[in-house]
Amino acid sequence: MHIEIFGPGCRNCVTVEKHARAAVAELGLDATVTKVTDYADIAARGVMATPGFAINGAVMSTGKVLRQQDIVALLREASTAENT
Amino acid sequence: MINHLLRPATSTGAWWWLAVAATIWGIAYTANEHLWTALVALAGYDTADTVPGAIHFFFYDTGKVLLLLVGMIFAVGLLRTALRPERVRDILLDKPRWMSLLLAALLGAITPFCSCSSIPLFVGFVAAGVPLAVTLTFLIASPLVNEVAVVLLAQSFGWRITTWYVVAGLALAVLLGAVFSRMRLDDQVVDFVRNTPTARLHAATTSPTLPERIDAALQETAEIVGRVWKWVILGVAVGAGIHGWIPADALARYAGPDNPAAVPLVTVIGVALYSNAAGVVPIAESLWAKGMATGTVLALMMATVALSFPEFVLLKQVLKPKLLALFFGSVAAGIVVIGYGINMAA
Repeated sequence: MHIEIFGPGCRNCVTVEKHARAAVAELGLDATVTKVTDYADIAARGVMATPGFAINGAVMSTGKVLRQQDIVALLREASTAENT
Repeated sequence: MINHLLRPATSTGAWWWLAVAATIWGIAYTANEHLWTALVALAGYDTADTVPGAIHFFFYDTGKVLLLLVGMIFAVGLLRTALRPERVRDILLDKPRWMSLLLAALLGAITPFCSCSSIPLFVGFVAAGVPLAVTLTFLIASPLVNEVAVVLLAQSFGWRITTWYVVAGLALAVLLGAVFSRMRLDDQVVDFVRNTPTARLHAATTSPTLPERIDAALQETAEIVGRVWKWVILGVAVGAGIHGWIPADALARYAGPDNPAAVPLVTVIGVALYSNAAGVVPIAESLWAKGMATGTVLALMMATVALSFPEFVLLKQVLKPKLLALFFGSVAAGIVVIGYGINMAA
């Protein structure tokens, strides 16, 4: 599973990255977390409000500081879809 | 269980939740009006005396402003969860120019604007075909007019001056947009902006339910109030300090309505300062109390929140130098005009 955080590196984006890593650890998933910081790349993915959050290339949330429990819910949903 | 009470799960529950929250807010607001007067009286002091008066003012006003901020941010937060940037973009597309300029200014005022979001937003708008002038109007109005600025301004300067500020800010954004749309600026955007594909968003396809909107608005309220409360207390403390003694008029001599150089000077200072509305209102209030003219104070505030060096660096990534200079220059010039105008009207 591949998780991306979109944001130039402001405080909110750092917070979401921290929550994402904690959520991955909580679920014991085998997932990579990467940050997309280049404006052209962020915009090319259709993210107009940072921080943005994507799982396996699909943007799931923008402009919202997701909490750890929000990310856990999104990851659960995505891993069920992956396994079926 | 408590989690269920604090965060409603069903739509009916959400309406009840809103009704109860509004009632609690109303009771707290009313209680704040009477509580401090009663406490000062109980302690055996008179609020007409300088020190007890200032202390009473401090507690009463801190309570009032924080309650107003919480109420206002939450209400606007509920509204804006239905107004994602994607939605705003769709609203701004394919309207008569005057209408899209007006809408851009109004939507800019109620849409949150974190400066690190301004570039993706700009690219998303322009790449999708929102006219450049309309996008620039949105970018001007967004930091200038917002609910935090309105509450703090009303608290420090009263509703009349706050109304001037809001009307002047929106008018500035709309008029500059109208000027920009008469100019040929489309080649003044950095190339990658036009070449960006406008991907359809997975997240944008579902509209949030009322419980989700309450949840988001609560989170946002906690985040913003958590960030600005210290500025509120500082602002009220400045006000309470001024409350006690007669303001010296040292500044009135140099920055009063009679000095025509004052407005451009404070505009330049405001651009150099980097702060949000919450940080600059206390400074503006104390300058005002010391005799700085109203229009001059508002010019300082507008220049501080609308233009800054970090903003310049961000916009430099999407605007070519000519447009960047035009954008900064015309916003600054507009602020100077507003400052003079209000000084003459006041």
